[in-house]
Amino acid sequence: MINKSNLIKQRIEKYLAEGKRFDGRTPEEFREVIIETGVSKHAEGSVRVKIGKTEVLVGVKMNVGEPYPDSPDSGNLMVTAELLPLSSPRFESGPPRFPSIELGRITDRGVRESKFIDLKKLCIKKGEKVWTVFIDIYSINDDGNLLDAAGIGAIVALKNAKIPKYDAKEEKVLFGELSEESVPLSKEIPLPVTIYKIGDNLIIDPTKEEEDVSDTRITVGSSEGVVFSMQKGNEKSLSIEEFNKVMDLVKKTEKERNLKIAKFLK
Amino acid sequence: MTKEFKRPDGRKVDELREMKAKVGVVPNADGSAVFSFGDTIAIAAVYGPKKMHPQHQQNPAKGTLRCTYNMISFSVSDRIRPGLSRRSTEISKITQWALEPVLRIDRFPNMVVDVHINIIQANASTRCAGINAATLALAHAGIEMNDLVSSVSIGKLDKQLVVDLNKKEEDFEDGEGATDIPITFTSTGDKITHIQLDGKITTEQLKEAVKLGKEACKKIYEVQKTALKNSLEEKNDK
Repeated sequence: MINKSNLIKQRIEKYLAEGKRFDGRTPEEFREVIIETGVSKHAEGSVRVKIGKTEVLVGVKMNVGEPYPDSPDSGNLMVTAELLPLSSPRFESGPPRFPSIELGRITDRGVRESKFIDLKKLCIKKGEKVWTVFIDIYSINDDGNLLDAAGIGAIVALKNAKIPKYDAKEEKVLFGELSEESVPLSKEIPLPVTIYKIGDNLIIDPTKEEEDVSDTRITVGSSEGVVFSMQKGNEKSLSIEEFNKVMDLVKKTEKERNLKIAKFLK
Repeated sequence: MTKEFKRPDGRKVDELREMKAKVGVVPNADGSAVFSFGDTIAIAAVYGPKKMHPQHQQNPAKGTLRCTYNMISFSVSDRIRPGLSRRSTEISKITQWALEPVLRIDRFPNMVVDVHINIIQANASTRCAGINAATLALAHAGIEMNDLVSSVSIGKLDKQLVVDLNKKEEDFEDGEGATDIPITFTSTGDKITHIQLDGKITTEQLKEAVKLGKEACKKIYEVQKTALKNSLEEKNDK
């Protein structure tokens, strides 16, 4: 039997060798990004991120709870992702499988390790009451690069979030009533980017077709040349030389990527 | 019935919230649509007909319609834990039953049609918005149907019947309180494909409510038809 994906892979690699892609982009070019805020009135912050045909919804909800014993004076962060069966014929209903767990965890790490949220400022009463920030990610259409879409969505949703009102006397969150106060965030914007290796080529922002034929990938959360989080995915390996190229590519493409997202960050 | 009954958002008793519908919103799907009643927004996508797996679930007599209804965690003020709940399991089944009478599912033996409904923003009547979106998504997928269905919630606030309940009205507590009657009709016929009730109402008034529901569904059907027509026109333009 002819292996269809092998043929596509060969063709994609042939194109990439000439610095071309099926959709006319260069290997280092991100697709157009469209971000819409206030997707759900009932979220503390919510966004719709579209990267080409890929679409995710990301929402921030907050609640007051107990801190973890090892961080009694810090708020909590919880990131979950659901790959909705609505968004692709490949996703099925049921308990979360590895890809959605990975998506949640990589996004979590990008936000957490960059200290983007000042969790210390989310402590209400040390050891007893702290804010928990929930970031929930839902895929609406998967045409590749959900990882970056989710990471960008998390950052922009946090930027837009307002903390709910809290009745300190009754120790109750007044759901549905938002204060004027924003979530305490750092100035640096730790946007993630995932570099994919296809044959000997490195690209960013793959379509599903490109994602399918890629050998390996690395997601890097960074800001102005400083890396906060990183994770390599898939079986194939990467040489040190290739890894160095990945780092160069992260740096090289940062400005253009930031520019595509900056207008939605105000 | 008192004519001067004041609804919390100033609507007339038989007035629906602003409706919006659009088909073709999920490029990956075989059919898709969004439908909204005011702040209640539902998105639906159809995948199929496709071979049913596992094989032992295949029905050689007719195809299977499989619906899943899910509210996203930040669609309401108090975050919902992601995953299936008893409520969403029930609504999924209700939705399937609401749609099946108009669907020629008998044309697809051994196959399955998946309908995935997600509530993006909720302000009551979510199952009705979900059913309205789902029927559009099925039509958009080109699956043979005898008719569309249209769904609305009829409410009784104290003694007054009203159309298309919002959350504030659902929580109405004065007098006899609120009765919520979500109901689905075949769009051009007068067959009821789904009805539920929570509250307290006389049989006579319930008959009245059903009549009111049918009238409201005529308006919903117009919005649904327009959405389908628009999608075809967009296609022709391209």
